[in-house]
Parts: sequence; C-alpha cells; structure tokens
Amino acid sequence: MGIRVDSSKCSGCGICQKSCPFGAISIEDRKKEHPRFKRIAVISSACTLCGACAEACPFKAISIKKEEKKPTEDLTLYKGVWVIAEMSEGNFHGVTFELLGKGRELAEKRKTYLGCVLLGVGISGKARELISAGADRVIACDDPIFKDFYDTAFVETIAAMIKEHKPEIVLLGATACGRGIASRISGRLKCGLTADCTGLDIDSNGFLVQTRPAFGGNIMAEILSGNTRPQMATVRHKVFKPLATDAEKKGEVIDFPLPGGIELNMSIKDFVKDMTQHVNIADADIIVSGGRGLGSPEGFKIIEQIAETLGGAVGASRGAVDAGWIPYSHQVGQTGRTVCPKLYIACGISGAIQHLVGMQSSDVIVAINKDPNASIFQVADYGIVGDLFQVLPALVREIEQSRK
Amino acid sequence: MNFIVCVKQVPGTTDVKINPDTNTLVREGVEAVVNPFDLYAVEEAVSLKEKLGGNVTAVSMGPPQAAEALKETIAVGVDEAVLLSDRNFGGSDTLATSYTLARAIKKIGEYDMILCGYQAIDGDTAQVGPGIAEELGIPCVTYVKKIREIKDGLVTLERMLETGFQVIEVKLPVLITVVKDINTPRLPSLRGKMKARKTEIPVWTAADIACEMDRIGQPGSPTWVRKIFAPPRKTSGRILSGELERQAKELSEELKRLQLI
Repeated sequence: MGIRVDSSKCSGCGICQKSCPFGAISIEDRKKEHPRFKRIAVISSACTLCGACAEACPFKAISIKKEEKKPTEDLTLYKGVWVIAEMSEGNFHGVTFELLGKGRELAEKRKTYLGCVLLGVGISGKARELISAGADRVIACDDPIFKDFYDTAFVETIAAMIKEHKPEIVLLGATACGRGIASRISGRLKCGLTADCTGLDIDSNGFLVQTRPAFGGNIMAEILSGNTRPQMATVRHKVFKPLATDAEKKGEVIDFPLPGGIELNMSIKDFVKDMTQHVNIADADIIVSGGRGLGSPEGFKIIEQIAETLGGAVGASRGAVDAGWIPYSHQVGQTGRTVCPKLYIACGISGAIQHLVGMQSSDVIVAINKDPNASIFQVADYGIVGDLFQVLPALVREIEQSRK
Repeated sequence: MNFIVCVKQVPGTTDVKINPDTNTLVREGVEAVVNPFDLYAVEEAVSLKEKLGGNVTAVSMGPPQAAEALKETIAVGVDEAVLLSDRNFGGSDTLATSYTLARAIKKIGEYDMILCGYQAIDGDTAQVGPGIAEELGIPCVTYVKKIREIKDGLVTLERMLETGFQVIEVKLPVLITVVKDINTPRLPSLRGKMKARKTEIPVWTAADIACEMDRIGQPGSPTWVRKIFAPPRKTSGRILSGELERQAKELSEELKRLQLI
C-alpha cells in the first residue's frame, strides 16, 4: 500500500492521529533512537488512503503514492451524460426529472448531449416528457419484460446500451430499485460507482466530481472515478431541482432492441401496496420537525399544533425516532427521507449532518434551539435562540394574529 | 442448507466531525461494533439453520481487530467465521470489496444462501451486497423484509420498495440483503460467549483466496477520495434578537413577506 511516514521528518506529534477518520494511526516509540524525537506515527491496515493525515501533517512527513491506474481503453470514445429513467405505475419517478436537470448542466459543461434511458412496456408516448425535461436523446427499449421490476432485465439491457453507445457519465436515482441495479451494472462493467451523491460537478480534467456525505454525514467527501468509464453515480430524490418543462425542445428517440438471452432468475408473484404511509413528508410544502430537544413524546404535540396552524406535515430527527417518540416514517435525514419543502422549521434539532443532508435544500429554513452553537443554525435562514416551548406558542399566536 | 453471512465492523458512533475552522477531525468515543444491519442477517441465517439444519459461516474483510466482530457473530450462533485481512486490501472501494468477498465465498465452497445487511452505517452505499451477487453470477434480492418459505430449492420472500412490497420467488442459491423489519436479533447466550472466546478466527490473505492483485485494494478500486471537508455553512442566515415576543413577531412577518404563510 502506498502510504509512507518519513521517519526523518515525523516528530511523533500526533496531529495525524487526530485527523484520521478510520483510527488507523497510532503514535509509537521508535525502535531506533532519533536524535530529536522519541516517537513516530505508525499506520495500520485500517488505512484507506483517504489523505486526511497527509494534509494535516505540519511536517509533510506523510506521503501517499497512489498507483496510477492507467485507463485500459481510449476514454475519449465515451461521450454523453445519461440518466436512467425510473417509472412506477406508468409515471416517472420525480428523481428522473431532477437528474435530467442536473444532467443538463453537466452535459453543457462537457459540451456533449444529455441522454435518457427509458425502459418499459407501451412507452412510445413517454419519451416526449423526457425531452421536455431536458433530454436531447432518449434511448428506449419497449418490451413486456419491463412490466414488472426484474433487476436482471434492467441490468442486462442498460449494460448492453452502455457498451454500444458509450456514455461518459451515467446517473440513477438512489431508490430501492436504482441502487440495486446501479451496483450490478458497475460490477459488470468494472467501472466506478458513488452512492447518494449530494453534489455533482465537472473538474478541470473533465472528470465527474461526486460529493457525498460520509460517517453519518458529518464529513463530506469528494470522490472521483475518472480512469474508468462510465462514471456512475446515484442521487436521492429531492436533492437536485428539475428544469422548467420546455414543450418546444427538440430531441431524438433511439429504439434499442432487447438484448437476446435474458434469463429471469426469479418470478415476482405479487405487489402489495402499503396503505399505512399516510404521512408523506416527501411531498409536503411546509414541514415542522422536532428533535431530541422536545424531551419527550408529548413534546410532539406542540409540533403538531404548529404544523396544523401552517398546514404542514410533521417531521423528526433520527434522535427523536430512535428514542421512540414518533414513527420512522416521519424521519428526515440520510437514513430517513430527503425533503425539499418551501419552508422547513427545525425545533430542538441540533443539526447532525445526517439530518442536514436530508433537508438543507429546502427553500427557507427556520431553526429554533436553546444552544446558540447548534450546527442547525449554520444552514438556517432565520434562527431563534431560545426555549422552543416558549417560542412556538408565541409564534402560533403571531401567525394567527397576522391572519386576522 | 448452508448459509454465508457477510459482516462489517464499523465505528460504533457516527460522532466523527470536522472542526470547520481547522479542517481537522474530532473523534469522540469511537469504538468498533458489528454493523447493526448485519446483525439482522446473522439472526436470519442462524434461525433458518435452526429450523432447516445446516451450517452458517460468517465472513468479514477488515483490519485484524475485525476478528472481534466475527466473534460476536459466533456468540449468537454462527458456526464458523473467517476474516479477510491483508494490507493489500487497503483502500478498497465497493467494487474491490465485492470482488474480494466473492473470492472468499468461492473458497468457503457450497452455499445455498448468502445474507448481508442492506447497507453499512458508515458508508450507507448498499452496493456491496448486489456487487457480490454480480461477481458470483447468482440472483440477488435487496431490501428483504420477510422470508416466507424455503421449499424444493425455491425461496419465497418479501422485498420492500418505497410504496409497498413485492412477493418474489427465487431459486437457490441466492444473495439477499435484509432490512430491520425481518426479525429481532437475539442476545448472545453465556454458552455462546464462552464459545466465542475460545474460537480462533482464521485469517485469509489475498494469496489464500487467489485474488487477482489488480482487482483488490486501491489498484482494484475505480473510485478514489480526492478530499474530505466539513459541510459548507450557510452565510445568508441570521439569528433574530430582542424580546422573545418581538422575535416571534419578526419571524411571522418575514414568513408572510416570503408568502410562506
């Protein structure tokens, strides 16, 4: 592995040890006496070569040599940014339009086209929607095999399309279906895949920069996969915004024949729709969320009250859900729902990044918290430092007053 | 029936933070545990074995101390465990990890079902399970919330999707990834703990499982981390001040001005 500690430069100060997210560095006694320093940093096999220590070291004693992986093929043959459209019950999933919005921006930066893969049965009328949402080309395969969601059929067909058309970037929604097929496609093509990106951009080398939260979201990581193609990424619903629909936009539809020899290795017997999910925070325009600061399940009464006054839905932080104060279906954040309402009011939520990544793209964010140093204030448009049990009733009164 | 469970050792808390002023990491009380979602996979394999007979093998890739995670699985009923540990595995992304685990599974030999937690809490990618299935060329069902029946080489299970669940029938061997709803993991018994303490976990290196060296570790990983940083702060926000009633009034007026209420 390519990480080295230069023993002539290392002072054993321990700064690198603190910087390591993986706990891979220990400060040990030197086996050989150094004229000045008795201790030295030792890196264990838990190291992932992330580079945090090399950056932190004040003596430039740590160097990381990554083996330059030479591309095995001509990468300039790959052109175009692709989005894999996802449908359920005849309609596109919202994430498809959001990816087309982001894909448009990436395609323009790369001076290439935006393609969209459309798999389904009886879909001839559907391509237009994708073109209006930003696609220049729709690569479509219309076949009864896509009536139900069989991973294998999607994996085989999309992999065949990628091999033939060679897109440089492929984006999928980080849905239950999208995550599973993305991983299989990347395994088949031996290309890089980054899950749940919250930011996508193009760097000066023309590579896709994929930003995603790590460690429960307290740290952001920039990930590259520029030496293989395509560069694949999944993105959650409501992270990016769709473009305004342009009914005049021109685009072409390429029919792709179903690859031969697809063997469905399972059979879907039934689909049972979940009728209990009546709180759909993912679609609400206003969300009032409560966290551990509520202190008890009863604390949610005041949250419900203000949500009702505003005509909004009730959300919660992971802390409140883990404490058993409110069901999981209300959870906002990385392990819950990603939301993007017009107004998000966070009450008694400290703002762990795993929560922030789930709501920070909301249009207006209000934070109410006792602790003036709570990280939630870093993303808030308006902050009130104070006891939410006093602030919220006052706010309800003011809102009702203003409506009179 | 032979079961293989893949487990990962993860930091026990996600309280790893970056100090945005110095850009250095702040870690508090980080101890390693078995990825919580993997415990559901372990429980499912052990309870299926108890019902149908057979053998459960747990496999993990990680530094030598990950043997502790495997011992925990032995304490709750896993028969055998093997640790994949080799400096050459360092820097693996999900593709290289999937390949490495698949190589180990091939060496373990005959299996009917491979079980994984649907994702790990430190990476949250949900990519390694399907990646192993792809490498082995077997079917994969993700987000399994219930195994209804195993009969005549077929398994019927329920797969959770956003809007409901599918009922799927699939031929063995199969790889499944499981969600929380599937069971309640048992606590280790005293006997289990004793057994775990006595068990020596065998360690396999890249050579032991005949890995192609350009498919493991950093050379086998198409993705790499360019940098890590603290999440950006919003600069336009402001903290209201003054009497509480005045703050509430100001906020209400602002929201009204923005036509949000």
